[in-house]
Amino acid sequence: MLDTASPAAAKVAAPPPEAGATSARAPLIRREALAFALFAFFAIAPAIAQVGAEGYLLSLVIRAMIFAIAALSLDLILGYGALVSFGHAAFVGIGCYAVGILMAHSVSDLFVQLLATLLASALFALVTGAISLRTKGVYFIMITLAFGQMIYFLTTSLAAYGGDDGLTLPSRSAVFGTDVLENDLVFYYLVLACLVGVYALLRAIVGSRFGRVLRGTRENPVRMQAIGYDPYRYQLVAYVIAGMIAGLSGFLLANHIEFVSPAFISWQRSGELIIMVVLGGMGTLVGPIVGAMSFLFLEEILARITQDWKLIFGPLLVLVALFARGGILGFFRRKA
Amino acid sequence: MSAILELKHLRKNYGALAVTDDVSLAVDAGELHAIIGPNGAGKTTLIHQISGLAPSDSGQILFDGRDVTRAPMHERVRAGLARSFQITSILPGFTARENVAVAVQARSGSSFRFFGDPARERDLDAQAMEALAIVGLTGRADVTAGQLSHGEKRQLELAIGLATRPKLLLLDEPLAGTGKEESERVVETLLGLKGRYTIVLIEHDMDAVFALADRVSVLVYGRVVATGAPDAVRSDPAVREAYLGEEAA
Repeated sequence: MLDTASPAAAKVAAPPPEAGATSARAPLIRREALAFALFAFFAIAPAIAQVGAEGYLLSLVIRAMIFAIAALSLDLILGYGALVSFGHAAFVGIGCYAVGILMAHSVSDLFVQLLATLLASALFALVTGAISLRTKGVYFIMITLAFGQMIYFLTTSLAAYGGDDGLTLPSRSAVFGTDVLENDLVFYYLVLACLVGVYALLRAIVGSRFGRVLRGTRENPVRMQAIGYDPYRYQLVAYVIAGMIAGLSGFLLANHIEFVSPAFISWQRSGELIIMVVLGGMGTLVGPIVGAMSFLFLEEILARITQDWKLIFGPLLVLVALFARGGILGFFRRKA
Repeated sequence: MSAILELKHLRKNYGALAVTDDVSLAVDAGELHAIIGPNGAGKTTLIHQISGLAPSDSGQILFDGRDVTRAPMHERVRAGLARSFQITSILPGFTARENVAVAVQARSGSSFRFFGDPARERDLDAQAMEALAIVGLTGRADVTAGQLSHGEKRQLELAIGLATRPKLLLLDEPLAGTGKEESERVVETLLGLKGRYTIVLIEHDMDAVFALADRVSVLVYGRVVATGAPDAVRSDPAVREAYLGEEAA
């Protein structure tokens, strides 16, 4: 018999009900306060960092913010759409290589590069999403993984652009012909502005009519069909939005380290993005920011203690999965 | 009266098993048409075929003058064909109010709007509350649906169906799993809806069926063995043998 109430695939990824509950105004306000505090911290971090090893710390925070943007975009489809995309790093890679390839052809204008990034990642998301979203559950994971690896192998074979070794950029993107982004502080605040903008945009989207349909589909896709929605269309649009934002993070990443490489695109990177989202608390938008920061800072600290830092990091993740369902955010919410 | 829903020689096989075997049936506008039958008669499969959740192998489904045999479920809903499920199907993390409001939203304006809080759209909210009032859930509007009692969930699902403004409501065992008091309440609600909506009701509870139905069709092994007024069907010898046999004996 066909069973109607079996959104099993959705249940795999659906966060605990309260995490995305729409009426839960109180946690929402607390979440906004946390986001505001994080952004305030980022805003004054350069001033604090001036006391110590400025360049190094700032660089770490920039990286955390860039990955927070990528994790935020993944949260839209993973946390709010219950779509476990295992190829999200491909979009980061597309952003990186849009910058790298254009740079290699001496097109250094920021707006041209950004436009190329957004168009390329939107197109890739549209085509691969249209195919992937025909499948459910573990098959969706497999097919997004396959598409991600496709981009990975494509970049390794781009001999003209460094192939396996990657490509060093001559400079950061030019703004109206100036090299203003070469100033680390200017670049820092550009990344922060992107992060705040992306957060505000996604917060609006998940709270909108569209977001409501997306969240409803996460809860019970059959019910949504039974009130007249075609979930596929909404999931595809969400997938494209997420892809474009991840592309933006790739654009920033390439500019940050002035280097692009296939290593940014491998499936391990996609896995790390999922870890950031789950670690912080999926379906919250603030969680992925916390998750990205925790991930990168932990990696940094543990790597100082031992070369085999993953031996410590792995069990930590297991503990989070066991004792903090809902991620770091969920853990503190239960304490509160 | 004219038929709003017409099934013509509808078939569905699972492997060699004919679950729906040449079913032809007409549901008149305004009537409450009950479909009864022993376990495994194929009632739920038939509802799945009518609603579009399961494709039909052959035959035709005409709804409101339109051939919807191959139309996906969401299109049939937009044409006015709403349904409930045997196993309660709601959005457990949404409040009762939002469960209904999202159904109202589906038929009023585009849902490709990325800004603005739909909870502040008065029109959506008013219509949602109206549907909740019909099923007696006004006071429970802001409770998370997953935390409602089983009976309340059944009522909520009914409200969700009503919020789509259906021309025909397919109800798959709305009394399944409800206690005595809860089921009395559902029957009362259905009596209130009777006459205002065309309803196709699948139900095991015979008292409820004979209290509610204008006409009854009896499904046995995927075939309609009788259709008619409740009393006529009750005394039909073929039906007594195939279905009510155990009780009559």
